[in-house]
Amino acid sequence: MSASPARSVAGPPLDVAARRAEFPILSQQVHGRPLVYLDNAASSQKPAAVIAAEREVYETYYANVHRGVHTLSMRSTDAYEAARVKVQRFVNAATAKEIVLTRGTTESINLVAQTYGRKHVGRGDEVLITGLEHHSNIVPWQMLCEEKGARLRVATLAEDGAVRMDEFEALLSPRTKLVAAAHVSNALGTLNPVRRMIERAHAQGVPVLIDGAQAVPHLPVDVRALDCDFYAFSSHKMYGPSGVGVLYGKRALLEEMPPWQGGGDMILSVTFGKTTYNELPYKFEAGTPNIAGVIGLGAAVDWLTAVGLEKVAAHEHDLLVHGTGRLREVPGLRLVGTAAEKAAVLSFVIEGVHPHDVGTVLDYEGIAVRTGHHCAQPVMDRYGIPATTRASFALYNTRQEVDALVAALHKAVETFR
Amino acid sequence: MTSELRELYQEVILDHTKKPRNFGELPGADHRADGHNPLCGDRTTVFVRMDGEKVADVRFQGAGCSISTASASMMTESVKGKTRAEVDALFDRFHRLITSDPSRAAQNAAPELGKLAVFSGVCEFPVRVKCAALAWHTLKAALAGAAQPVSTEVSESSSGDGGGQAR
Repeated sequence: MSASPARSVAGPPLDVAARRAEFPILSQQVHGRPLVYLDNAASSQKPAAVIAAEREVYETYYANVHRGVHTLSMRSTDAYEAARVKVQRFVNAATAKEIVLTRGTTESINLVAQTYGRKHVGRGDEVLITGLEHHSNIVPWQMLCEEKGARLRVATLAEDGAVRMDEFEALLSPRTKLVAAAHVSNALGTLNPVRRMIERAHAQGVPVLIDGAQAVPHLPVDVRALDCDFYAFSSHKMYGPSGVGVLYGKRALLEEMPPWQGGGDMILSVTFGKTTYNELPYKFEAGTPNIAGVIGLGAAVDWLTAVGLEKVAAHEHDLLVHGTGRLREVPGLRLVGTAAEKAAVLSFVIEGVHPHDVGTVLDYEGIAVRTGHHCAQPVMDRYGIPATTRASFALYNTRQEVDALVAALHKAVETFR
Repeated sequence: MTSELRELYQEVILDHTKKPRNFGELPGADHRADGHNPLCGDRTTVFVRMDGEKVADVRFQGAGCSISTASASMMTESVKGKTRAEVDALFDRFHRLITSDPSRAAQNAAPELGKLAVFSGVCEFPVRVKCAALAWHTLKAALAGAAQPVSTEVSESSSGDGGGQAR
């Protein structure tokens, strides 16, 4: 657990108090206690800059995009496309044409499964995933494999929650048509060695999709340095509005992929006889998008870039180390997911206390955590448990909040044992 | 603990959580059904042996949160010796208790509920209704001879507490 994507940071460390003050929602009390929000892997809260950006759209220049010649439509279109360019720079894509805007990570993955996947995966072929995937990076491939008579292969997890790389490499074969792997596990926090996975897959000519939903808010991501073929993520986990997601795809791949949904914006011309599809990225963006949401995502990118992801990673790593040590003080607590490379996610079970009861007791202490299977039932099955309690951290969390969590867990243990 | 929490986790409930009654398989059971709430991970199996129209014996087995465990444990105690019709009526009363508007909980704590009245605190916690109801729905399914496992995560969930697409 010593490693973090960024440990030495130039300049002053993150000013947590100042950044935290930018989140209006965090200053409230829940059940008479200061809110301690530790459910960030499910969704993060939003800074004032993002809220203001969305509000400004509706109050001053909202209209549909890519349509009208009138002033508001042009302003909306400009702001919408400017957000796309911000996202492009944020992940270091070569061109904004490689940034497809979707409803979220789930839709981004489904898009690839339904276009690239349906074109390239056939009977007897294989799709390779890992044992720590979220349901949204399992089910679309299962559906595809079922339709095509292909086979879903899974590289399993070692006890600490790291993917067995020897197994991963052994499963890569001429039958493998695509690899799909999470950058960071939502249920365990494991940081996958995606660079190595991509290298090994590419050595066999296999393209790779990375589910980056849990990575982009926590560490700097450079899609060109990774050399991934697709990278999917969501706005709502990176301090942006919900209902917006991103699919990065290498231009050559996106160009040769058939469109997915049909409708407005994705066409150049339509007659009853034939439709000519629009160029990238509009080919994949049928229908009126979440205009204000995308502009809000642009504001989140600006905000997060100004804060500095290296600083964020260093701060969250400190919370992870502090939290890992302190949680071990709770009697009967067992951490689930202790890989050497981890993001700031603490998933755990307590002997004799069901996660659901832990969640209820914590809520009454003002502490928001997630309990359940975290949409990763195969991960729970791997450990033979039905559910965990998960505390997941964001840049606005503090060591004091970790301590409040530990104190509340002691109370839960006293109540139920 | 705050007062609402104490209402939810009453001593009787904690006692049944720690020492569930009628726990384990029932040899000679003529009815059984499985209940499963995958979002929580709660699982229960209810075994019943009937004597004509009466519940001669009932047991349960499984793993779940304190509310679901205590509810199953106390259910087995309260339905033993009752007829099918009496079990249905009791479930109906119990269900009204745990799903009532909290301000009317006192009115819904009917005397025939007996010890089950300790579950009145559940109505303050809508996401926990499905936990308290799981064993009862499973018992009902067992008596009806249902083949499919029961879940209360759709029928009893007024507000989701997980699952869906959230990570």
